Amino acid sequence: MSEIAIRALNLGKQYRIGEYIDTYRTLRDALVYGASAPFKWLRRKGATRPASDTIWALRDVSFELERGQVLGVIGRNGAGKSTLLKLLSRVTEPTEGYAEIYGRVGSLLEVGTGFHPELTGRENIFLNGAILGMKRSEINSKFDEIVDFAEVPKFIDTPVKRYSSGMYLRLAFAVAAHLEPEILIVDEVLAVGDAEFQRKCLGKMSEVAHAGRTVLFVSHNMSAIARLTGHTIVLNEGRIVFSAPTPEAIDYYMTSDMSQAGEQRWDKAEMASDTTPFHPRALRVLDHQGRISNQVFSAKPFMVEFEYELDEDITGLRTGLYLSTSKGEPVFTTFDTDAREDFERYTTRSAGTHISRCKFPADLLNEGRFILGVNASAFRIQSFFTDEHALTFTVDGTGAPGSHWPEQRRGPLRPSLEWEIAESVR
Amino acid sequence: MIVKGEMAAVDQKSSPMTIIQPSKGWIRINFLEIWRYRELFYFLVWRDIKVRYKQSLIGAGWAILQPLLTMIVFTIFFGNWAGIPTDEIAKPVFYFAGILPWQLFQSGVSKAGASMVANRNLITKVYFPRLTVPIAPIIAGLVDFAIACLVLIALMIYYGIGPTSALWALPIFIIMALITAIGVGMWLAALNVTYRDIGYVIPFLLQLWFFLSPVVYSSSIVPDLFKPFYALNPMAGVVSGFRWAILGVGQPEAGTLIASFGISLILLVSGIFYFRRMERTFADVV
Repeated sequence: MSEIAIRALNLGKQYRIGEYIDTYRTLRDALVYGASAPFKWLRRKGATRPASDTIWALRDVSFELERGQVLGVIGRNGAGKSTLLKLLSRVTEPTEGYAEIYGRVGSLLEVGTGFHPELTGRENIFLNGAILGMKRSEINSKFDEIVDFAEVPKFIDTPVKRYSSGMYLRLAFAVAAHLEPEILIVDEVLAVGDAEFQRKCLGKMSEVAHAGRTVLFVSHNMSAIARLTGHTIVLNEGRIVFSAPTPEAIDYYMTSDMSQAGEQRWDKAEMASDTTPFHPRALRVLDHQGRISNQVFSAKPFMVEFEYELDEDITGLRTGLYLSTSKGEPVFTTFDTDAREDFERYTTRSAGTHISRCKFPADLLNEGRFILGVNASAFRIQSFFTDEHALTFTVDGTGAPGSHWPEQRRGPLRPSLEWEIAESVR
Repeated sequence: MIVKGEMAAVDQKSSPMTIIQPSKGWIRINFLEIWRYRELFYFLVWRDIKVRYKQSLIGAGWAILQPLLTMIVFTIFFGNWAGIPTDEIAKPVFYFAGILPWQLFQSGVSKAGASMVANRNLITKVYFPRLTVPIAPIIAGLVDFAIACLVLIALMIYYGIGPTSALWALPIFIIMALITAIGVGMWLAALNVTYRDIGYVIPFLLQLWFFLSPVVYSSSIVPDLFKPFYALNPMAGVVSGFRWAILGVGQPEAGTLIASFGISLILLVSGIFYFRRMERTFADVV
C-alpha cells in the first residue's frame, strides 16, 4: 500500500455573504449591532446567523492523495478551487471537516508574494524564500541556481521596483520553483507572463511533477493540467462533481454545462490571482436578437462581448477570444485590435469600464457545442488574464447551408461558400 | 487551527503531520510553531528595518532628526515659554529622555496597528504564525531607538550629566515599553482587520495617551489624588522610570511600578489572546 500524503474528509468552508465584497465592517456597525442585540453579540459569531446570509464556498470535499501523485483541480471561477487550496495550505480555516497532511507543505498561491519593491533582487530572494518556508541555509545553497533561472544576474543588487514586469515575474517564479517541500500546492502561477516565460514555468513544473513530489495543481489551462497531472478532480459550486484520470476529467469538464446560460461573470474577490490593473467583468453571448443566450443559430449572426475594467490606462492592451470545440480543439483566435486601423486607434485604453464586442457573421459555425475562452494581454509584455474555458454555447443548425439534408456535417465550421457548377466539355 | 508538532505520532519518513480542522473556543499559543518560524520573523524584522532606511531621503538621519526636532520644540514651548518644571534637569536632556521611550512605544503601536492590513498580501496567500506580523515592526523600532540613544548620550556629555547608579533598571523599562506596545499593538492590529476605522482611531488614541504620559512634564506635578489612576497607565511608569534610570530624578514608587507592570502584562496577554481568537478569520476578512 502506498503512503498517503493528504487525506481530506468532508472539508467545508462557509463564508458570510458580503465578506467577498464588503471586506470589512465599520466600528459603528458593530456598535449598533452590539447595542441592539447585546446577547447575540456575546455568542459566537455565525451561531445565530440565518443560513441565507452565508454561502458554502466548499462543501463535503473528500479525497485522498498518495505520495508522489500529481492531482489536478479544475472548475469554473468560484467553484471553490482556490478555497480548497487555501484550506490545505492553512491560510484559512475550514468551517467543517477534517484533513490530515503528511509532510511539509509549500504553497504557491501567487508568485512574488511578499516581494517588496524597495528591496533588491538579492534581498527579495531571501525574504520571499523565508515566506515560502525555506531555511536560510537552503536559500543560500540554491541562490546561484535561482539567479540563473531568473536570468537576472546583472540586476541582482537593483531594487525590484526598477525591474521590468518580465524580470520581476521570472525572479518571483524562480524562488518559488526552487522550493522543495514534500507537498507542493500550486494555483494559477502559469496565468501570468509572456509565452516564453510560461513555457519555461511549465517545463519546471513538469520537472517537479515528475520528480516524485506530491503536487496539487489548480489551473484553467487544460493543456497544463493534461501535461502535468495524472488524476483530476472537477469542482462545481464547492463540491467534487467528478474525479477521474485526467483525460476523462477534462473531457467531462469541457462537455458538461457548468456555465450560466450565455454569460460568465467574474467577481473581483473570487479571482485566483490578482490581475491588477486589469479586471474581467463579464463575457456574454448575444443571439441575433441581442438577448443573452447560450444558444445561437448557425444561419444568423451573433455577438460576443467581453466587459472589463481597468484601474489605470494600459498601453498596448488587446483582448481576444479563443474559440474551441467541445473536445477542446482550437478553432480560431481573434483579437479586438486585429485590424490595423483599430490597432493604431486604440493604442492606449483609459482607466474605466470597457466592452469589446465581436460580431460573428452568419454561416460561420457548424452545429454543436463550442467553448469560448478570453485573453487580455499586452503583446510580448504581459498577459493580464486568461480563461480558456470561460463560457460554452451551442449552435443550432436550423437554416444553415445544406440543412435540407438532415445529416451531421463534419468539422466545426459551416460556411456558406460559393459554388459553381459547370458542364465540363472534354 | 490545531497543528500537531513536528514529531507527531504517525511518522512517515520523519515528516510532520498537520491536522486541519475548525478550531473551537480560545486558541492556545503554539510556541513550538512560533519557534519553527523564527527565521521568517527575523526576515520580517529585517525587512522593516531595511525598507525604513531605504525609502527615505536621509535614511538613518530620521532616527536622529525626529526626536531632536521634537525635543527642540518641547524645550522652547513647554520648557521656556510655558515654564513647566523639569525636575532641575537641563530641559533638552529632560525632554529627550522622555521622547525616547515614548517614540519606541508610539511608532511601534502605530506600525503594529496597521501591520495586518499592510501585509494582507502575505496573510491571504501564505500560512505562518500571524503573531509575528504585529510584533516585527515593534522589534524593528529598536534600531531607531538605539540610534536616538546615541544622541541622548551626546546630549548628556554636552550638558555634563553623568549616568546614575539606577542605570541597571534601564533594560526593565525598555522591556516594559515593548511589552505594552506589543499588547496594545495586538489589540489594534486584530481590531483593524475587522473594523477599518481603527486606522483613524490609532493616531488620536496615541495623541491622548501622549498627554497622559509624563513626556512633556514630570510625573511629580501630578496631584496626589490622581496618582493611583495615573499609575494605571503603564507608559507613565515607563517614561518616568526611564528618566529616573538615566538621570536619577523622580524615582517612581514601587507601587506605581508594580501597577504599571501589571497593567502592561494584562494588555500583553489579553492582546495576544484576542489576536489568536480573531486569527482564524483574518485571511477571509482582511
